[in-house]
Amino acid sequence: AKSRSSFGQKLNQLFANFRSVDEDFFEDLEDTLIESDVGVKTAMEISDQLREAVKLENVKGSKDVQNFVIQKLVEIYDAPDNSENELKLNTDGPTVILFIGVNGAGKTTTIGKMANKYRESGKRVLVAAADTFRAGAIQQLDEWAKRDQVDIVKKEEGSDPASVVFDAVKKAKDDNYDILFIDTAGRLQNKVNLMNELAKMNKIITREIPGAPQEVLLVVDATVGQNALNQAKMFKEVADISGIVLTKLDGTARGGIVISIKNEIGIPVKYVGLGEKVSDLQEFNPEKFVYGLFKGLIKE
Amino acid sequence: MAFEGLSEKLQDTFKKLRGKGKISEADLRETMRDIRLALLDADVNFTVVRNFIKSVQSKAKGESVLEGLNPGQQIIKIVNDELTEMMGGEATTLKKSEKIPTIIMMAGLQGAGKTTTVGKLAKRLKEEENARPLMIAADIYRPAAIEQLQQVGNQVDVPVFEEGTDVDPVKIVEDGLAQARENKNDYVFIDTAGRLQIDEKLMDELKNIKEVAKPTDILLVVDAMTGQNAVNTAEGFNDALDITGVVLTKLDGDTRGGAALSIKAVTGKPILYTGQGEKMDNLDIFHPDRMASRILGMGDVLSFVEKT
Ligand SMILES: Nc1nc2c(ncn2[C@@H]2O[C@H](COP(=O)(O)OP(=O)(O)OP(=O)(O)O)[C@@H](O)[C@H]2O)c(=O)[nH]1
Ligand SMILES: Nc1nc2c(ncn2[C@@H]2O[C@H](COP(=O)(O)OP(=O)(O)OP(=O)(O)O)[C@@H](O)[C@H]2O)c(=O)[nH]1
Ligand SMILES: [Mg+2]
Ligand SMILES: [Mg+2]
Repeated sequence: AKSRSSFGQKLNQLFANFRSVDEDFFEDLEDTLIESDVGVKTAMEISDQLREAVKLENVKGSKDVQNFVIQKLVEIYDAPDNSENELKLNTDGPTVILFIGVNGAGKTTTIGKMANKYRESGKRVLVAAADTFRAGAIQQLDEWAKRDQVDIVKKEEGSDPASVVFDAVKKAKDDNYDILFIDTAGRLQNKVNLMNELAKMNKIITREIPGAPQEVLLVVDATVGQNALNQAKMFKEVADISGIVLTKLDGTARGGIVISIKNEIGIPVKYVGLGEKVSDLQEFNPEKFVYGLFKGLIKE
Repeated sequence: MAFEGLSEKLQDTFKKLRGKGKISEADLRETMRDIRLALLDADVNFTVVRNFIKSVQSKAKGESVLEGLNPGQQIIKIVNDELTEMMGGEATTLKKSEKIPTIIMMAGLQGAGKTTTVGKLAKRLKEEENARPLMIAADIYRPAAIEQLQQVGNQVDVPVFEEGTDVDPVKIVEDGLAQARENKNDYVFIDTAGRLQIDEKLMDELKNIKEVAKPTDILLVVDAMTGQNAVNTAEGFNDALDITGVVLTKLDGDTRGGAALSIKAVTGKPILYTGQGEKMDNLDIFHPDRMASRILGMGDVLSFVEKT
């Protein structure tokens, strides 16, 4: 059985087969939401609210139900003012942006894309290779730095990542860089030692530049399921996450998990990754995203 | 943790069932609902969940569990057996070619863990059978992919064949195999670039590599944290390559790993190994029964049957 149709088509189908709001319908609705990785809890919430609305507000017809569901999702994502998306910049000294996340999420690649974007906009950009652990990690960032024509702080493999961070922050200050992107090693959120190491790096940055890091970006792979919620919760405990970069949205992944993360933890998405090329990075547009989930359903 | 609520609820339901001499249709329905939610929360694909529930329900009825002795226990056992069975029953291992070399080709999405797994497998084979593997660096796209494989090769003391990033990967594989034959390597690993299953151009590249290499094993490497999309990925790679097995990585995390069930259900191909960390010896044989307990979020499902 092929399951290639989009979430929108699925919902369309659901509403096309719609007879009445009964238990079967609720189950189908939950499945459809869950299929986009919105998650059981949020799916149940929406379906429970619909149950209420059916009772109290007499939502009955297919169109009513459809509008209700879309309305709920948009509400959760609550179109924020644009400033929420833009990176906070330090007006008094270098801006420091720390990238964190689990293994293979897309941290290094996102830095490669972002460094280029800021260099092109006329900023003096520095990147720091504080993943000293993974094989080839330093060379990977180095390759991006070359392509982007930005400077890099690196040490040899196996050095203390905190010392790379320290050197990079110092260089950013001394040499008047506008913005410093720090790449860290991927770590699973249940690894206590690695999480402590992250907390330590974060502390060094704040000690050297008060108010920094201006942004801590959690990089999340859009194909990840409910575990992304644990990621957001646990990483938030060691660093004050200011936003999410949702990568690999160029796949068929729906990335509905960010709805849950917003709903349950309150962290917004700031950027999305749409491929492996330097230009495959976009600012996140919540409305477009939610409506994207329903592509084919809403006539533009 | 996100899932604690649901798996605790399932454990409560199981506990309640265990004590009952007789259970009603309503009990059965509630149990099925809790199982459904627990599986969905573990990222098992919803269609797979649907079929699973149907199958358990009809088994429960077929074996007239409701009238039998200890019906609650029987239901738990059916759930556990069915889950284990769906994930492949017993552990399986790599296929070996009659003539050397055994050629193992890796495939999967970006960042799944292919390159790391090549190192782990090579290390394992060296330890188990004194193997003399060769690794071929056929990822010419990801920055420093070759350097990464070379460092991995260094760590496990296995040579890497590479021709830089300007040669077509199919040609690299051909040349690498020629060298392996000359040097009488008994295993060859082909590390390929990560790609999306919907990327036709890159999927064609994999098909061409398969064509020239005629691999003994084609391993799909999947991140255990994958969500509902796991079925599309597995289906896409399996349709294109007819994979022979799966490696599930990053199980050292706190993911429930429902993707395992989905992949097995849509491809029918066995899960051979699990990645349990970033180090070269963090590779385990896949155990379907343990995975079943993990997906349900229970230490050991059968303990709910045995403890009477
Ligand atoms: N298709 C696609 N691939 C991406 C995207 N972002 C990153 N990748 C790929 O995903 C893989 C992993 O990316 P990395 O940037 O190395 O991820 P990381 O988080 O730095 O990984 P570790 O440092 O090993 O934890 C690479 O093959 C990237 O090219 C994206 O938006 N779309
Ligand atoms: N914790 C943990 N990390 C793993 C495991 N397997 C791989 N990794 C990490 O996951 C990240 C990606 O691994 P790679 O081997 O580079 O993945 P890949 O599939 O070759 O990636 P691309 O070539 O970019 O497609 C790295 O940080 C690895 O160290 C595992 O079993 N557990
Ligand atoms: Mg990295
Ligand atoms: Mg690789």
